Amino acid sequence: MGAEFVALSLPPILIGIFASVACAIPGNFLVLRKQALIGDAISHVVLPGIVLAFIVTGTVSVWPMMLGAGFAALVTVALIELIRRLGRIEPGAAMGVVFTAMFAGGVLLLEQSDTSSVHLDVEHALFGNLESLIWLDADGWASLLDIQALKGIPPELTRITITLVFVSLLAWVFWRPLKLSTFDEGFARTLGLPVGAIGLGLVIVAAIAAVAAFDAVGSIIVIAMFICPPAAARLMTNSLEVQLTWSIIFATTSAVVGYVLAGYGPVWLGYDNAVSAAGMIATVSGVILALTATFGPCRTRIGAPTGDASA
Amino acid sequence: MLHEALTLQLGYNATLVTIGAMLLGIAAGATGTFLFLGKRALVSDAISHATLPGVALAFLAMVALGGDGRALPGLLFGSALSSAVGLLCVSALSNHTRLSEDAAIGAVLSVFFGLGIVLLTIIQSINAGRQAGLESFLLGSTAGMLWNDALVIAVGGALVLVLMLILRRPMAMVAFDAEFAAGAGMNVPRIELAIMGLALAITVVGLKIVGLILIVALLIIPAVAARFWSDRVGVVVLLAGLIGGISGFAGAAISATAPALPTGPIIVLVAFFIFTISLVFAPNRGVLTAMLRHYRFQARVHVRQGLLALAQGQPIYEKLTLRLMRRRGLIRADGVATESGRAQAARALLDERRWELLRSDPAQEGAAAHYDGLTPLEKVLTKDQLAELDRSLGPEAV
Repeated sequence: MGAEFVALSLPPILIGIFASVACAIPGNFLVLRKQALIGDAISHVVLPGIVLAFIVTGTVSVWPMMLGAGFAALVTVALIELIRRLGRIEPGAAMGVVFTAMFAGGVLLLEQSDTSSVHLDVEHALFGNLESLIWLDADGWASLLDIQALKGIPPELTRITITLVFVSLLAWVFWRPLKLSTFDEGFARTLGLPVGAIGLGLVIVAAIAAVAAFDAVGSIIVIAMFICPPAAARLMTNSLEVQLTWSIIFATTSAVVGYVLAGYGPVWLGYDNAVSAAGMIATVSGVILALTATFGPCRTRIGAPTGDASA
Repeated sequence: MLHEALTLQLGYNATLVTIGAMLLGIAAGATGTFLFLGKRALVSDAISHATLPGVALAFLAMVALGGDGRALPGLLFGSALSSAVGLLCVSALSNHTRLSEDAAIGAVLSVFFGLGIVLLTIIQSINAGRQAGLESFLLGSTAGMLWNDALVIAVGGALVLVLMLILRRPMAMVAFDAEFAAGAGMNVPRIELAIMGLALAITVVGLKIVGLILIVALLIIPAVAARFWSDRVGVVVLLAGLIGGISGFAGAAISATAPALPTGPIIVLVAFFIFTISLVFAPNRGVLTAMLRHYRFQARVHVRQGLLALAQGQPIYEKLTLRLMRRRGLIRADGVATESGRAQAARALLDERRWELLRSDPAQEGAAAHYDGLTPLEKVLTKDQLAELDRSLGPEAV
């Protein structure tokens, strides 16, 4: 168990957990601000971003692609805002126009450019390849303390760890302004808080988390983790601090249970091939959401009719 | 090649697909308008992503029953079922919990899509070696489509269009003013269900052509583009259908000319191109008109202020004001007022005095509400009223 687990399963599980939590933290605020679908939009436009970066640089290297994806995310947010204001279009529709068009552009660019020699395709962008992020230099738990072996850990793990630390740190530092401007924007404005900048900053942090997580696990986890754990946590409590804690617990649970089910579930059922870990993690997060939507203590709106005839 | 494609001379299948895409586009554009006017455009995103598990389960079921597994009608039936379940989940989450609709949409689309991916990998593993080709449902693919499939799409597109035509009036009423529709005795929930059902049908029919990730574009972009051109529901629906139809037709035709031009993305990009044109050039709501309107307003304010300054003998320093007044022949190059400049300045000052008097009179409150510093009083009061006002203004002012 030990050596094989550390080499083959520990890195993907850790990457899954870190990516899920890094997305769930900003997701809490996005869900409360009714901007949940901005995560959806961002993860769709990551594709044109990386394709563009590939065309410009001609290689599949990480940093240009991350920059390209981040750039595409910013362009999307700006375009959505532009169309919403210029055309007086509701934000949902503006979002739908922008991200579908950019995704279509990305697919077309991908088909037109010669990417057959490199590992770059739509399916990879959607599902990621969590299972392939293994740590070949490890030969047991002791490797975790071995500098030489640690150099061989998947670079995705390092990047997503840095991103998680960055996102958590920002959430911790800007906790009060974020909370204030999320719950009562008018009040926050009277206090002199730069409400617009806070909102934009949140979207940028979400984009950073999305791009870093996408690199490791594909966009489907990104969308699921932006929304499902925070939404499930929202049904558990009325306090934002407790909600954040729940969302981290749910994100971690989804990642671990999802990975284990995807990797070992089919084996238990007698098949020998694993199924998509990214898809399974998203599915587990959906099951958690379904459970909290049925049994969560704070699942109904305060003051909403309870459904019994006397009310 | 393109000319042949546009005139439907690229063979039987390509022609059927192009016509199917056009019918689908018309139906999608028109139905999308009702979604968009009801501010529910992105629900279609949840519907389309929720089709994936259905496609995969239908494949598994058909294989288990000993069939081909790739039969298009079966796959489409499965996708319709699972997207209906997805739709139910969205409405359950947003009606029975305190989550907002956007969170419900995002949750459903990501979870169903994730589940679909899991099922696809299961199919890959039990089907090792033999490509199921279900991935083509993600982005749509018309290359190598069978004649039967093309027929399904063409007939499906036509059916959806007919349904849309039958239901257009009640749908327009509900989308535009649900309370009025309820007051007029309509069953609003049932009609909303019909709108969703149509969107679902379009998604299912469009799966093979446009793919489930981009089909939502066909429901949203034509409607948004059409909204720029008119404020009337009927016109917007017609235009959206037209834009959707053009996008479907041109997109499918263009993509038939080369293998590296995937149908779905091309259709979406054609629609986006039309949207961009609408955004920029549409009268009234377009960006160009808005800029023109802004510039005209700015010019009026500057000229008015410049004229008032002239009339009161004050110097003008503001560059834009000077330029505008020079161009209108109100002042000479050296800044001295021309004949017509003096006349207009006097008129502006008189108008300003009249307004001042009017606004100081509480009895004239109604007329005074029209004051914006630009509208001449002649446009607000009748000649008789003006004359009466001028009498109290005193002879020296007039």
